[in-house]
Amino acid sequence: MIKTPVSLRRKNILDLASLSKEEIESILITAKEMKNVINRDIKKVPTLRGKSVVNLFFEPSTRTRTSFELAGKYLGADVVNITTSSSSVVKGESLRDTLMTVEAMGVDVIVMRHKAEGAALFATQCVSPVIINAGDGAHAHPTQGLLDLFTMKQHYDSLSGLKVVIVGDITHSRVARSNIAGLAKFGADVHLAGPKTLIPKDAESLGVTVHYNVEEALKDADVVNVLRIQLERQKSGLFPSPREYARIFGMNSKRLALAKPGALLLHPGPMNRGLEISPDIAYSDQSMIAGQVQNGLAVRMALLFLVTLGGKNIELLA
Amino acid sequence: MNYLLKGGRVINPAEQFDGLMDVLIEEGKIAKIGKKITAKDAKVMDMTGLVITPGLIDMHVHLRDPGLEAKEDMASGTRAAAAGGFTTIACMPNTKPIVDSSIVVEGILRRAAVEGLVHVAVIGSVSKGESGKELAEIGDMILSGAVAISDDGIYINQANLLKTGMEYTSMFDRIFITHAEEKSLVEEGVMHEGKISAKLGLKGRPSIAEDIAVARNIMLAEYTDTRLHIAHVSSRESVELIRQAKARGVKVTAEATPHHLALTDEAVLTFSTAAKVCPPLRSAEHVQAVRQGLLDGTIDAIATDHAPHAFEEKDCEYNDAPNGFAGLETALGVVLTELYHTKLMSLMDIVNKMSVAPAQLLNLKAGVLKVGASADITIINPELSWTVDSTGFYTKGKSTPFEGRKLIGKAVGTFVGGRLMMEQGNVLSE
Ligand SMILES: [Zn+2]
Repeated sequence: MIKTPVSLRRKNILDLASLSKEEIESILITAKEMKNVINRDIKKVPTLRGKSVVNLFFEPSTRTRTSFELAGKYLGADVVNITTSSSSVVKGESLRDTLMTVEAMGVDVIVMRHKAEGAALFATQCVSPVIINAGDGAHAHPTQGLLDLFTMKQHYDSLSGLKVVIVGDITHSRVARSNIAGLAKFGADVHLAGPKTLIPKDAESLGVTVHYNVEEALKDADVVNVLRIQLERQKSGLFPSPREYARIFGMNSKRLALAKPGALLLHPGPMNRGLEISPDIAYSDQSMIAGQVQNGLAVRMALLFLVTLGGKNIELLA
Repeated sequence: MNYLLKGGRVINPAEQFDGLMDVLIEEGKIAKIGKKITAKDAKVMDMTGLVITPGLIDMHVHLRDPGLEAKEDMASGTRAAAAGGFTTIACMPNTKPIVDSSIVVEGILRRAAVEGLVHVAVIGSVSKGESGKELAEIGDMILSGAVAISDDGIYINQANLLKTGMEYTSMFDRIFITHAEEKSLVEEGVMHEGKISAKLGLKGRPSIAEDIAVARNIMLAEYTDTRLHIAHVSSRESVELIRQAKARGVKVTAEATPHHLALTDEAVLTFSTAAKVCPPLRSAEHVQAVRQGLLDGTIDAIATDHAPHAFEEKDCEYNDAPNGFAGLETALGVVLTELYHTKLMSLMDIVNKMSVAPAQLLNLKAGVLKVGASADITIINPELSWTVDSTGFYTKGKSTPFEGRKLIGKAVGTFVGGRLMMEQGNVLSE
């Protein structure tokens, strides 16, 4: 039996900035229960039986899509994946048309990834099923943010005052933005580190401290969240070379040692080992990277559960 | 060997000190500065009438090594530096290969350690191959010892690359040096655009090309919060732009060359290839403005832009000659003649512009005379009259627009790390 302290007061999950601290806590508590389901022998529960979820992915992402797919399936929903390039517009079909087609099929939840910032919000204005944002451009990736918060909460009683350092390409990272927004609600002390060319101008206005020197940023960190570096950024001239990136900004055991002993190491995956993260620490004791994947599934189950059934105390253990 | 310099006029701008003192050099370091020092195992040198200053630093030198050794190499370039009274030179990246990776930086530093007579600091390029397209490994080069970043003679056309390069460099607290000349305005120009070019028919390089570039570069530096350094400022308006930018707190600094402070475009009247340089020698009003900028602090440093070329390269029609000429061995004499003996600047100010300021700009532990510091010292005879004769130059680039000029004042001694490398104009190399 899951008792959520508050119900979600909203239908759609677009970003962490618009969720209240209580709502996030409610999701995280629910996710904790969901972990129990995942660790069962027989994972399937009938909680969402009769509900349908469409994964509408305009950008390829095996990881997030699979996670949502299994989340729906473990809860007994019918899940369909639609992976299409955003260029279906070429065929004359707009995003609105695509969404309306899916809606017409009687879908309850649309999990959507799109390269355009704000696409998920636009979707809520087009159709009535619940929209869960699985990533809209560089704007938001709320489930990643939630799973990172969940992972941190597993280790620390309170996130308040926790020093979290996010390292890498902040400018193009929806993961960073989601984490910053989520952590702010819990009073964490967020620091950003990376090349100046990959940190947005005026980033301080997000309520964070900016460093261009990773060593300096890492001092006494409780959590080190390493972002994935897209090699296109190098081709577009934002940093000189992968080799230089690894030398100056890459996370390695020597740098990680500057953080507090036992500090958590996170990475949203997939990792470029040898670039933003050195192989020896990727699977070290401090690394929560594998744990993040399972937590991601739990968080997505919790979300699907809460958005479809709200705060109703549904018997999960049927 | 240890040296005791007796009775020289010590000028140390870092402490605003100017007075008669003895200086004891022991084991490569300055051991004592004081009155009536005695020492047992030191060679005593009489400094009467001479000035003892922190070693001069030239922050803008084309060493040509590696790859262009016919023009200059480590040995000849650092000999020329020692002869001119310089104890440190910073070399620009337009060598072959271009200094665009840590390997090249380390290679130059290694060669300098073996063959160099003075300290050599390396400036890394902004873009790979100075192509203006892709960022070079700026951070890697800085970690390997590069003291500044610049594509020097190459004007960075792409504002986007300039912005990214500045942002990237500014993370490391190093200066970003720009050659400021809007390319589309100077493409075929070979001299300053003005009365003389009108008379000679040579294509002009208008000063506004520099002004536009300086304005753009300052705006980008302001936006990206970068330590911008404008190389060889030569125009009136760009001096004014820098002055205004400094007044509103932009981190901009600038240098002027002895030739832009001393010569006008009239030097080109004879079509002498020795007067062909970039940016070009300008008209008198620009020279006045650059001097004024130096005096009021708008221009921070004096740098030579020493740009040696092989004899045959300059031995041709004016249009075909490469830009640039030797500067290390005439710089101090020109500056003393034009600015000290004309009472425009004090020796203190000159040492400031030629040693203290470049040291600060390049983050070097140099430019000071203090006990415990490396004994990098220049001995100057400010009253010595001499005539520029390039046949006696140590540099391979014998071309100079000052050929045959009578100058007053010269370096007569250069100590590098406590070793006497030059005495009475003769480079002493073991
Ligand atoms: Zn130059």
